Amino acid sequence: MNTSVATANPTSVTLDGGFFARRTWGDWLFALLVLAGALFAFQRYHASMDVYEKWILAGTAPVLIGLGWFWRPLRTLMLVVAGLSLLAVLSYAGDLRRADSVFWLKYFLSSQSAILWMSMIFFMSTVFYWLGMFSRGQSEALEGIGSKLLWVAVTLALVGTLVRWYEGHQMGPDIGHIPVSNLYEVFVMFCWMTALFYLYYESQYRTRAMGAFVMLVVSAAVGFLLWYTLVREAHEIQPLIPALQSWWMKLHVPANFIGYGTFALAAMLGFAYLIKQQAEETRWYKLAPIWVFGIALCFVPIAFRQRGVGEAGGSYWLGYALVAALIVGTILLGRRRIAARLPSFEVLDDVMYKSIAVGFAFFTIATVLGALWAAEAWGGYWSWDPKETWALIVWLNYAAWLHMRLMKGLRGTVASWWALAGLAVTTFAFIGVNMFLSGLHSYGSL
Amino acid sequence: MAAAATPCMTASHSTHGYQPRHGSAAWRASVELLSSMRFAIALLTVICIASVIGTVIKQHEPAPNYVNQFGPFWAELFLKLQLNAVYSAWWFLLILAFLVVSTSLCVLRNTPKFLADIRSYKENIRHQSLQAFHHKAEGELDESPEVAARRIGQQLAGGGWKVRLQARDTPEGQGWMVAAKAGAANKIGYIAAHSAIVLICLGGLFDGDLFVRAMTWLGGKSVYSGGGLVSQVRPEHRLPETNPAFRGNLVVSEGTQSSTAILSQSDGVLLQELPFAVELKKFIVEYYATGMPKLFASEIVIHDKATGQTQPARVEVNHPASYKGVQIYQSSFDDGGSRVKLRAVPMNGAAKAFEVEGTIGGNAQITNGSDKLTLEYTALRVINVENLSEGARGSGADVRKVDLGQALTQRLGAADKTVTQRELRNIGPSITYKLRDAAGQANEFHNYMLPVDMGDGGAVFLLGVRASQAEGFRYLRVPADEDGAIDGFVRLRGALQDAAQREQAVRRYVRKAVDPQRPELVEQLAQSASRALGLFAGAEAVNGRTTGGLQAVSDFIETAVPESERERAAEVLLRILNGSLLELNDLARQAQGKPPLTESEASRRFMTQAVLALSDAPLYPAPVAFELTGFEQVQASVFQVARAPGKNVVYLGCLLLILGVFAMLYVRERRLWVWLAPRGAGAQASMALSSNRKLLDVDREFEQWQRRLLRRESEL
Repeated sequence: MNTSVATANPTSVTLDGGFFARRTWGDWLFALLVLAGALFAFQRYHASMDVYEKWILAGTAPVLIGLGWFWRPLRTLMLVVAGLSLLAVLSYAGDLRRADSVFWLKYFLSSQSAILWMSMIFFMSTVFYWLGMFSRGQSEALEGIGSKLLWVAVTLALVGTLVRWYEGHQMGPDIGHIPVSNLYEVFVMFCWMTALFYLYYESQYRTRAMGAFVMLVVSAAVGFLLWYTLVREAHEIQPLIPALQSWWMKLHVPANFIGYGTFALAAMLGFAYLIKQQAEETRWYKLAPIWVFGIALCFVPIAFRQRGVGEAGGSYWLGYALVAALIVGTILLGRRRIAARLPSFEVLDDVMYKSIAVGFAFFTIATVLGALWAAEAWGGYWSWDPKETWALIVWLNYAAWLHMRLMKGLRGTVASWWALAGLAVTTFAFIGVNMFLSGLHSYGSL
Repeated sequence: MAAAATPCMTASHSTHGYQPRHGSAAWRASVELLSSMRFAIALLTVICIASVIGTVIKQHEPAPNYVNQFGPFWAELFLKLQLNAVYSAWWFLLILAFLVVSTSLCVLRNTPKFLADIRSYKENIRHQSLQAFHHKAEGELDESPEVAARRIGQQLAGGGWKVRLQARDTPEGQGWMVAAKAGAANKIGYIAAHSAIVLICLGGLFDGDLFVRAMTWLGGKSVYSGGGLVSQVRPEHRLPETNPAFRGNLVVSEGTQSSTAILSQSDGVLLQELPFAVELKKFIVEYYATGMPKLFASEIVIHDKATGQTQPARVEVNHPASYKGVQIYQSSFDDGGSRVKLRAVPMNGAAKAFEVEGTIGGNAQITNGSDKLTLEYTALRVINVENLSEGARGSGADVRKVDLGQALTQRLGAADKTVTQRELRNIGPSITYKLRDAAGQANEFHNYMLPVDMGDGGAVFLLGVRASQAEGFRYLRVPADEDGAIDGFVRLRGALQDAAQREQAVRRYVRKAVDPQRPELVEQLAQSASRALGLFAGAEAVNGRTTGGLQAVSDFIETAVPESERERAAEVLLRILNGSLLELNDLARQAQGKPPLTESEASRRFMTQAVLALSDAPLYPAPVAFELTGFEQVQASVFQVARAPGKNVVYLGCLLLILGVFAMLYVRERRLWVWLAPRGAGAQASMALSSNRKLLDVDREFEQWQRRLLRRESEL
C-alpha cells in the first residue's frame, strides 16, 4: 500500500517573500534615520558613557528599527517624538530658565507641560472612548477621536520623558539620568506603555471598543500621577543614589513595565469580559462582586496606605472614590449596551492571553535582569527582598494562569477573574511594597 | 498501514504525571502525583503563601522584637515554625526540594516523548481522520495528486515548514499525503524552561546556607551568641576558608584590616575565615547638594594570607571587587571609632562646665553630686543637610489659595523646581549621645556643633532630645551670643536661678522704669517684677505647682486676673518680665566683666530667643548638654563578602528560562496534512491543521494556507 516516501524538493518557492523583500522604501529611510540618530548620540555623548551604556545604545538602534518595521505606525510615532524632543532641546539651548520664556517650551514641550498635557489628553481620550461606547450611530467616529487622542497622549508622554532626561543633565552634570528611577517617572512610563500596547491590539483586531475599558486603568494611573505631582510634588528631578547608578537600570525597569502595562491591560479586558457576560443578569447580588471589585481596584493605590485618607489630601481621595464608584456603577447599569458594542468573547479572550503572554515573557526577562543587577549591587542574585519576593509571586501567578490556559484550556469567567485578581497582586508588587514593606527597593516611598 | 491518529494524539502533552509500570500501587500513585502538574501548582501556591508571610513578618529580627510585636503566644508559635526566617526554614527548603523533584520528573517524563514527536512527521495518518480536526477544508484541484503534492510541499517548505510526501495506492489510483510540521522549537522551549527551574533551584540551594548548616550539624561547628572581640571567639564557631558557599558581612575601620566575616544566624553568629585580609585605606562618601548620598567607595588593599601578596582595589556600590572566588561588595558604612571632644554646658545653673573626650561607641561616667550618669557616644555626623525654608518651619503661606491660572503656570516648565520652596543647607557636624541614669533609663540627645541661622537672622544652637528611637528629636533653640557661643545663654540662665541676682535685677529695672516724680509706684512695680521673674524662674508656685517659664506666667494670670483684664495684664507682665530679664542679663555680664548689651537688632533677637529658650529649658531632661568642640573622624566600611559557586548554574538556568518562555509562548507547534485523492484528471484535496495553541492566529493561518494550497490552476 505505502509505496514510496519522498521528501519534498528542498528548492523553495517563496510565497510572501522574505522579510527584507517586504520592506518598503519608507522602512529603509526610517532605519537610516534611526542609525543616523544613534550615531549622532554616540558621537556627541560617548565620552560620558561607559562601555555597557555604549552597547545599550548600539542595541537600541536595531530594536527601534525592528519595532518600526514590525508595526509601521511606530515609525511615525518615533519620528514625531524625536522631532519634538529635538525642538525642545534646541529651544532650551542649555538654559533651563528658557522654559519660562520660550512659548513652545513653556506651554507644550518642557517636561512638566508635556506631561500635564498628556494627563489631560489621556482623560479626554477616555471620555471619547466611553462616548463612543454609549452613543447611537456616532460610535465609530467618537472612538476614532479617542484613538487619535491616545496617540497624541503617548507622543506627549514620550516627549515629556525625553525632555525630562535632557533637563536632568542641564541641572547638573551629576544629576541627569534616564527618567525611570522613581515612582513618578515609572508611572509616566506605565501610562504610555499600556496605551501603546492597547493601540497595537486595537489595530490588529480592528476594534476600538476595548479602549473604553483599557483607558480606565490608564486614567486611574494618571489620577495617581496628578496627585503625586500636585500634592506631593514628586515631579522634581532627583539625582540617583549610589545603588541606582548602573546601566542595568536602563534595561531592568523598562522590561518590568512592559509586564506591568500588559498585565493591567489584560485585567481590564477580563473586566470587560465579565461585564459582557453579565449583560443579561438582573439579580443585584450577582452583579455586586464585580462592582465591589471594580471599586476596590480603583482604590488599590490608597487601600494600601498606612496613614489615614484624610491626612493624605482627604478631599482629593474622597472625590476619587466617588468617581470610581460612579464609573463602575455606570458601567454596570449600561452593561447591555456595552455588551453589544464589545467585540466577541473570543477576541477579548485572545487579547487577554496575548497581553499576559507578552507581559509574562518580559517580566521573566526583567526579573532575571534584576537578579543579575542585584548580584552586582547587593552581593547576591536573590536576597528575598520584599520587592523581589513579590515579583516572584506575580511571576508565579501568571505562570499558573498560562499553565492553566495552555494545558487545561482555561478561559472565560475564571480566567477573567484571575486576570483581575492578578492586577491586584501586580499593583501590590508595584506600589504596595514601596508603601508597606521596607527593603532594598525603597526608591519610591509615598 | 497508516497508523490510527486522532486529533487528541497530536494535541498537547497531558498534564498527568509519570506512571511507572513497576512497583506497588501506592508507589505508582505517589510517583504519578509527584510528577503531575497539579502537584507542582499546589507547591507553587504554598511557596507563594510562605513568601507573602516572609514579606509581612520582618525577617531575622532578634526574638524579643517578635514578642513585643505579636505577644508571647504568637511569637513562640512563629519562632517554632521558623517564620522569622521563612526562606531558610527546613520546611521551605523541603518544598523547594519537592518542586525540584516534581519538575525533574516532569521533564524526564516528557523529554523522550517530545524528542520523538519532533522527529515524526505523522505522515501515516489515516485520511479519514482529517475530518475530525477543528481546522479542516476540502477542495478540488486541476492537477494530478502527485503534481499537487509536490507543489503544496514546495509551498509549505518555502514557508518554513518541514514536509514529507507519501504516495498511497487507493482503489481509484495513486493518492498522495502531504504531512508538514512547524514550530518544533515550542517543545524544545518546554524542555528548556522546565529544566531551567530545576537548575535555578539547585543553584540557589547550593548558594544558600546549605554548606553552613552542614558544617554546624556534621562538622561540629556551633553558633556563637556571646559578645566581645572577634579574635577571642573560639575555633568551634569559626568556619574554614574552604567553605564553598557563604554570604556574610565584613566590617573594617579605616587604617585597620580584617579577615573574618560574620555570618548572622537566627540565634547568633558564625565567623567565616577568609583566604585574605581586607585593609581599609580610606572610606569615601560624597553627597549631592540635596544631602542625598552620591558615592560610597572604599579604597582597600587585599592581603593574600597564603602568598603574602597585596593587591589594591576600589570597591563601590555597583562595582564589587573579586579575589580568589570571593566577591567583595560595598554594603554599608559605620563609624569606625571617631574621637570626639565634648564640652558640658550646664543647663540648670547648678552644674559646672567641664570637658570630656571619648570614642564613638564608647562611654564615660559623669557625676554631678549625687547623680551618676553614663554618657554613651552614639554617633558623629559630619554633614547634615536640612531643609530650612519657610514652609518647612510651618509658617509658609497656604499654596492652595492661589488662582487657577497662576497655579497652572507654576506647574508648567522644566522639572527642576517645586512650588513649595525648599532651602537645603549643610548645617555642619552634629553629635548624638545618650545619657543613662542609674536605673538604666536613657534619653538620646542630638546637638549640632555650630549655631544655625534659621532664616530670621539670629543664630541658634539646636539641642535635640528624644526619649525613644520611635520619636523624632525635639529641639531646644538656644540663642548664640555675640561671640557665637552658647555661654551668653548659660550665664543668663545661671543668673535667673539665683534669687539674689533676680532681686538685684528687679531693683535696677524699677529704678530705670519708674518716673522719679512718682515714687509711690516703686513698691508696686518691684512687687510685680519680682513676681514675674520668680514665676518665670520657677521659684514661685501657682496653684501649688511650680511650672516655671511662660507657662507659669500664663497660669498666674489665669488664676489672679479677671477674664476681661487678662489680655492687658499679660501684656504688662510680659513687658515687665522682658525688662527685668534684660537687667538680669546685664548684671550677669557685669559679674563676668563684660560690658552691658548694647541696643541693637542682634541684642533684641538674642533676648527674644533667650526668653523662649529659658521658658523651655526646665523641660530639658538633663543637667548638662554636651557641645561638640572637636572631632577626628574615623570611618568603617561594611562589606558583604560572598562566595556563590552556584551562580553560573543559576545564570544558565535564567538564560534557558528566557529562551524557553519565548519559544513556548511565541512558537506555535503546528501540523498540517493535505490528502490528495485522485479524481478524474485532477485531485480531491482534504486539508487539516492542528496546533497546540487555540488562538485566533491559528484560524487566520489556516485560512491563509487554505487559500494558497487549495487553489486551482485556472484561478491563477
